[in-house]
Amino acid sequence: MTGYILKRLLSAIPVLLGITVIVFLIMAMIPGDPATAILGSYATPENVEKLNRELGLDKSLVQQYFIWLGNMLQGDFGTSFALNRPVIDEVLERFNATLILAGTAFLLCSVFGIVAGVISAANQYGAADKAITFVVLLGISIPSFFLGMMMILLFAVNLRAFPVSGMWPIYGDRNLGALISHLTLPAIAMAVVATGVIARLSRSAMLEVLRQDFIRTARAKGVHERGVIWRHALKAAMVSIIPVLGIQAGFVLSGAVYIEIVFQWPGVGRMLVDAILKRDILLVQGGVVFVAACYVLFNIAVDVAQSLLDPRIKT
Amino acid sequence: MSLHSFTRRGLIAAGTALTLALGGISGAVAQTPPGVLIVGQIAEPKALDPAAVTAVNDFRILMNVYDGLVRYKDGTLEVEPALATGWDVSADGKEYIFTLREGVTFHDGSTFDADAVKFNFDRMLDENHPFYDTGPFPLSFFFSAVENVEVVDDFTIKFTLNAPYAPFLSNLAYPTGLIVSPAAVEKHGAEFGRNPSGTGPFKFAEWRSSEAVIVEANPDYWDGAPSLQAVVFRPITDANTRTAEMLAGGIDLIVEVPPVALSEFQGDAYTVHEQAGPHVWFLILNAKEGPFADVRVRQAANYAINKEAIVNDVLEGTAEVAAGPTPPAFAWAYNPDLEPYPYDPDKARELIAEAGMEGAELTFYVTEGGSGMLDPIAMGTAMQADLEAVGFDVKIETYEWNTFLGNVNPGLEGKADMAQMAWMTNDPDTLPFLTLRTSAWPDQGGFNSGYYSNAKVDELLEAARAATDQNERAALYKEMQTIVQEDAPWVFVANWKQNAVTSDRVEGFSLQPSFFLLLDDVVKN
Repeated sequence: MTGYILKRLLSAIPVLLGITVIVFLIMAMIPGDPATAILGSYATPENVEKLNRELGLDKSLVQQYFIWLGNMLQGDFGTSFALNRPVIDEVLERFNATLILAGTAFLLCSVFGIVAGVISAANQYGAADKAITFVVLLGISIPSFFLGMMMILLFAVNLRAFPVSGMWPIYGDRNLGALISHLTLPAIAMAVVATGVIARLSRSAMLEVLRQDFIRTARAKGVHERGVIWRHALKAAMVSIIPVLGIQAGFVLSGAVYIEIVFQWPGVGRMLVDAILKRDILLVQGGVVFVAACYVLFNIAVDVAQSLLDPRIKT
Repeated sequence: MSLHSFTRRGLIAAGTALTLALGGISGAVAQTPPGVLIVGQIAEPKALDPAAVTAVNDFRILMNVYDGLVRYKDGTLEVEPALATGWDVSADGKEYIFTLREGVTFHDGSTFDADAVKFNFDRMLDENHPFYDTGPFPLSFFFSAVENVEVVDDFTIKFTLNAPYAPFLSNLAYPTGLIVSPAAVEKHGAEFGRNPSGTGPFKFAEWRSSEAVIVEANPDYWDGAPSLQAVVFRPITDANTRTAEMLAGGIDLIVEVPPVALSEFQGDAYTVHEQAGPHVWFLILNAKEGPFADVRVRQAANYAINKEAIVNDVLEGTAEVAAGPTPPAFAWAYNPDLEPYPYDPDKARELIAEAGMEGAELTFYVTEGGSGMLDPIAMGTAMQADLEAVGFDVKIETYEWNTFLGNVNPGLEGKADMAQMAWMTNDPDTLPFLTLRTSAWPDQGGFNSGYYSNAKVDELLEAARAATDQNERAALYKEMQTIVQEDAPWVFVANWKQNAVTSDRVEGFSLQPSFFLLLDDVVKN
């Protein structure tokens, strides 16, 4: 097992190196440079050149790449031009906020998606199935940022039941209740589409299982219908639902970009959008590499977990 | 059977969850406390070091934490004493001697004196200064004329310039000229921007990254303590969210309200403030090649575009029609006799026919948005329609702001016939000096991207920048505006009126023509 984990970790190194090259080249190739972005109207060639020199951007691309990579390997991600603080501090703080939001959304969509799917399947073509299917299709079809804005208008502006934006109150304690009230709207807006997808797939996975012989056997043996659905059928259906959850986790995370902007959540998605617009090269590069590294490690962890459960996967 | 049990349980669960959520949370949305003003900003600030930042957004905080030697008189763009109580200018316009205010202390307790002033300018301008590395200082060129700063005595300081430079005083009133505490720079080094210390009406309290910058009243302020206890600057980058936050009562003051959102704030609960500022929005015309090399075609473009419609319909009245290159906010330097080009498509067609340019193809650079650009895509589309109505064939090319600047600043030659542009400056000198002189063509390091050239204008601009007498400067600038309007190197489009909305709990707020946000006289009930 140790050998397998080691092998997977080693195979991640070229992937991460590839990511550093790609993100570096993209930032180098897109038009516009940080000096022009900082100077705005005053970006004379002379001022731009002076500022580029002071930011260390007058060196060749190859030099810049290796300086960046070398510093990063020593744990130094550089300093953000636009925020004037170490990239790693900013990224860690923001990543934490994104994890809270995306984690909650993921929990919501997994629970509600699976429950809705199971109920639909258990009542195929019944009233509950039709109602759930209708709501689910509606949820899948509404863009999350639009839903977010509408939720702000209804629940925050008109009903004043929730705060409009941010993660913490400006005044008052930073306790769990305050976090939950700020988290509710963005987490729901973020979870809706994924809930729909998971519900649809859970429904078909369940229907497939419910047609199988062992379900009929269970019913014939007099198992209570609730037990048949939740204990026997769902357990078998989870084999095909879990990979879907994994994929949806990625979608939920990428949806963070829109939701974080609409709700001004201080997360990594909003940070990257701001950084790209300001050509804050080191922050974009550092942020992307950090998120990518987390994603790669997460995937390795999932693979390792799966191989622990099912030894056939290990090769 | 199963249907009933599922839905019943579902209903109970959902109902419980909803009750818990609403019941537990409705109390959590607190009203903002009295005496604390919450300001909706458009972005996270870069730093609170006035020498290191360039964005109006950051200036809004800085102007309340620091003072300069001079400042703009309330409601004008004319300078008055601040940390300096008076000054003398030598006859040749190269020496400025300032008498400094005594008994002023920085928020960190250190004393404000001539050494502190010298430290500030040397830090920005002298590459050998021990704290030059706390930069870079992108706008230090505002003071590039300063050759030497000399401490005469504790409260007298002398600036020697390498040439007469009229905008010097005005630049001192600009945020780049704000005075920081040398002791705080020495203590915090490169981290000074997050641990600022000045002499202003508010002192820095806390910076929560991406959430808020909080400043508290300075009870010992030399110009009278502010009545607010504290100000919270919240960065809310999305304009719709900023509007919603204001409507929900989470903030007390927002700036840069999108034109389409202004109608939300009609009624007694809000006050909408408007103030024209030193801003001009124009189209650069390529005077070097193509149809606009002919002055008649450039004038035709000015007649063809319906500026009234753009200002009233596209911008919903948040701007005024511009007459020439200088914004009216520079009252003394503005030529009030100029009338904007009227909307006259027939006259435009006539001029185009005279020049033999019917049906000419025009490439038009449009940006998606940028500093001071208002609503560039909608404005560009309206202009395209107007120009096509008089017989041009206009092709729009749209670019993201930084890409756009990268295309426009090096000059339009070989690429485009016209490009959108907007400027905000703190003096009437900078914009024409950098964009209308022959020696400001892009290959010489200026922003004259349309290659306008008129020897008389060059002469007037050089003279106006060197003269120190304001009346003389005014006369030179007024003559320049008349000539430039006639030559039409640009289509003069709009002067933006900055706007802000305050809630009915806020009193004593007014916008400044400088576009700065001054909060020391504001009261919140």
